[in-house]
Amino acid sequence: MSDKHAVTLNVNGKDYRIQVEPRRTLADALRDDCGLTGTHIGCEHGVCGACTVLVDDRPVRSCLMFAVQVEGARVRTVEGLAKGEELHPLQKAFWEKHGLQCGFCTPGFLMLATGILEAEPDISDEDLRDVLSSNLCRCTGYQNIIKAVCAAASEMRACQPSASL
Amino acid sequence: MSWIGRSLPRLEDPSLLKGQGRFVADLAQGAAAVKFVRSPLAAGAILGIEKPDDGLVFTADDLVGVKGIRPLLHRPDYVPVSQPVLAKDRVVFCGQAVAAVVAEDQGLAEDLAEQVFVDIEPEDAVVDFAQALGEGARPVHPEAPGNVLVEGNIRTPGFDAAFASAAEVVALELRSGRQTAMPLEARGGVARFDPLTGRVTLYASVQMPHMLRTGIADVLGFPESDLRVVAPDVGGGFGQKMALFPEYVVLVWLARHLRRDVAWLEDRRENFLAAAHSRDQVFQVRGAFAADGTLLALEADLKSNVGAFSCYPVTCGVEPLMGLAELPGPYRFSEYAARSRGVTTNTCMMAPYRGVARPMLTLTMERMMDVAARRLGIDPVEIRRRNLIETFPHRSPTGLVYDEGSYGETMELAVKALDLPAFRRQQAEARSAGRYLGAGFSVFSERTGYGTPAYAARGMDIVPGYELVNLAMDPSGFVEARIGASPHGQGLKTSLAQLISDELGVLPSKVRVIAGDTDATPYGWGTFASRSMVISGGACKIAAGKVAERLKSIAAAMMHVEPEAIRLADDLAYAEATNQTVPIGEVARAAYHQSHRYPQVGPGLQEQALYDPAGTFSNACHACIVEVDVETGGVKIRRFVVAEDAGVLINPMIVDGQIHGGVAQGIANALFEELVYDEAGNLLTASLADYLPPTIAEMPSIEIEHLVTYSEATITRAKGVGEGGTIGAPAAVINAIVDALSPFGIDLFEIPATPQRIRDLIRNAERTHHV
Repeated sequence: MSDKHAVTLNVNGKDYRIQVEPRRTLADALRDDCGLTGTHIGCEHGVCGACTVLVDDRPVRSCLMFAVQVEGARVRTVEGLAKGEELHPLQKAFWEKHGLQCGFCTPGFLMLATGILEAEPDISDEDLRDVLSSNLCRCTGYQNIIKAVCAAASEMRACQPSASL
Repeated sequence: MSWIGRSLPRLEDPSLLKGQGRFVADLAQGAAAVKFVRSPLAAGAILGIEKPDDGLVFTADDLVGVKGIRPLLHRPDYVPVSQPVLAKDRVVFCGQAVAAVVAEDQGLAEDLAEQVFVDIEPEDAVVDFAQALGEGARPVHPEAPGNVLVEGNIRTPGFDAAFASAAEVVALELRSGRQTAMPLEARGGVARFDPLTGRVTLYASVQMPHMLRTGIADVLGFPESDLRVVAPDVGGGFGQKMALFPEYVVLVWLARHLRRDVAWLEDRRENFLAAAHSRDQVFQVRGAFAADGTLLALEADLKSNVGAFSCYPVTCGVEPLMGLAELPGPYRFSEYAARSRGVTTNTCMMAPYRGVARPMLTLTMERMMDVAARRLGIDPVEIRRRNLIETFPHRSPTGLVYDEGSYGETMELAVKALDLPAFRRQQAEARSAGRYLGAGFSVFSERTGYGTPAYAARGMDIVPGYELVNLAMDPSGFVEARIGASPHGQGLKTSLAQLISDELGVLPSKVRVIAGDTDATPYGWGTFASRSMVISGGACKIAAGKVAERLKSIAAAMMHVEPEAIRLADDLAYAEATNQTVPIGEVARAAYHQSHRYPQVGPGLQEQALYDPAGTFSNACHACIVEVDVETGGVKIRRFVVAEDAGVLINPMIVDGQIHGGVAQGIANALFEELVYDEAGNLLTASLADYLPPTIAEMPSIEIEHLVTYSEATITRAKGVGEGGTIGAPAAVINAIVDALSPFGIDLFEIPATPQRIRDLIRNAERTHHV
């Protein structure tokens, strides 16, 4: 199992040339080969969603994808959300609304919510809950996660016209 | 202006939000990967272990001189059992670590582990109470022929007379399935070996770093100073991460033996199989009631399945002895006779989990109140009114002393928030339309912040409870508080900073709280049992108060006034009478650099403080409305109200967050989560596809009301609040389900109340009534 493949991962706009076994998951490649440990691994069987990242802007479980599948795609992780010191509206909203406690599930929720709000800025609260039920959180009882995502959705909608120019 | 009482956004959050948190797995770079080979069987003799010819594989035979983990209670009814860190000669549960393999990366370690074959002669597994306690049951451990590892008994002198005078006796048997804390970050450790000193630094996802150091050093037989334990960012614990686990002992042994860095990162399946479980209890009670609904006496037989071993340091006594001591809950009766047993089986060890015995004992008492109310023709709220404690301090039949609380008041608040009369009308209308709504209540106490007296009373060999803090203001006016508590998601650093800021008059952003590192913090007991705000907070208040006195003395000398005339606020020392100010930073600098001017104060601004309180009781009432789909057995929670009294709230946003998370885990206990073993002791629910924690879709919106009782039992006036949500929720949900299904005459005494269980009850009821 030690045959390694050369893969170029484009993560947060930067190319990482790495050598990985075919069985290496995207999650492991991001964490161990690219050194991006913000993506967390909670179950490795695709249920908890802590490892959610965006691949070509769509949320995926990075524990269920192999790194070699991602050649040529654009990957976005939690490390790419803030612009320097300026937090993304979702990060700000999670902070202000107390949408995290231990913080282990948070990167996955942030990326899931980023993916859905970018794709459907006008998503209804009900559909938003439905999407957010993809991921598990063990600390917050989800109360403040939904508040934070709704607050960020409003802010992102308000920012939308200038963003689309 | 006080920082206490403000919902300050957490100081912990920015790094976590940016993906810059440092969890154990983030600290594993360069370390060799360790994988454990685990027993595939629940019970049996190890005949041999076949290892591959090459590769690093270690078994019990390699661990020369390593002791077992053997926690103690000094009680005649306690049977100590020793847990080998790798199974030797026999296995006693499915998932027990038998060998450890080491390879260059995780994948190779898993490949290597698959080549290890453990030859086991299987024995019949003892899984449940019937098998463990039945006639001729096979002993799980030879030391405990009857499979009982601890047994507590109590009988008050007037019990028989009181029981005999009852107008109505309510006899119930309650069952809770087995649950697991399931922190989203599983266990894990990275042991780094320093070849210069021979010292090991263990980064581990734990709640009790100092205790872990003591435990590992004792088992491996070396001085504690050869080990540093660091709990970095910890992805939830809820009790599961407060035990000394064999894996950490092996990890440190490997680092010393191989003289290199090693990392073990548990996967989810291992966490289900081998971390620690909880609940799995059967409580039988008989309540003796007077005709007016007064509870006169309670008889109880409590059984807790404690699994294959006793967890260090709290032992397997934690569930049964808490059940025994706290079953009376918030009710006033004084006659009590009870037996409580911890029963060992060939299943994963139990560790404390949020609430410990209290979700089950609250379910028991609250179901009993509802059943008694129905039989005696009294309203469920009214029967509680007649029995709740209302004078304080209250002494329970087991000798616990309850400080001031608001048991009746929180219930009335919850009843009002629910608008019960309006709900009854809505319920009647819904029923006529074929919909089944129900309301349920649960009133309970949450014993929190208890120090050494409570643990000593249990007979613990290792008596936790106090907390120390080393607090210093540096010459620039910034503050460091080094605490023995070890937060893992509670936002404790923010709450403590608020508390310290009020004492010292500086901004919370100038207060750094340092925790979770045995090199950097005073010996302490970590974070569990809703203790940290009360105990570590109390110690911080005392230490900061002492530093404030020093600041005031120096500032007073600088401004030529008396120390009593100085007030510290807004980063300034004010002499109000003379309208002078000096920045606190200047006072701090003077304390260090001009100490010759203030000989009466002495140099520096450092203080240590200790706090070791007897404990305090938070209290709450949970009320909820559910709708039961009688065709599917599915339950939808329509409303969930929490009326809580946790004393003074340091950071209300954080307190509400604790309640939210606690309620979610309580609802999970009531409706969804269950670990199931088959008769051979195989865990059938070892993945998140089988074990069902709630998602956002299952969670109602939680409405919280606060009352504040000022209690003398805690110097901050803050009570603990970490577990209440989990304690109260199951009873409220189950009482609501029973209310919803009252047209069927159904009673429900087992959790989780899965759709299957509810449908079975409805089917049986329909058969009885209509056939």
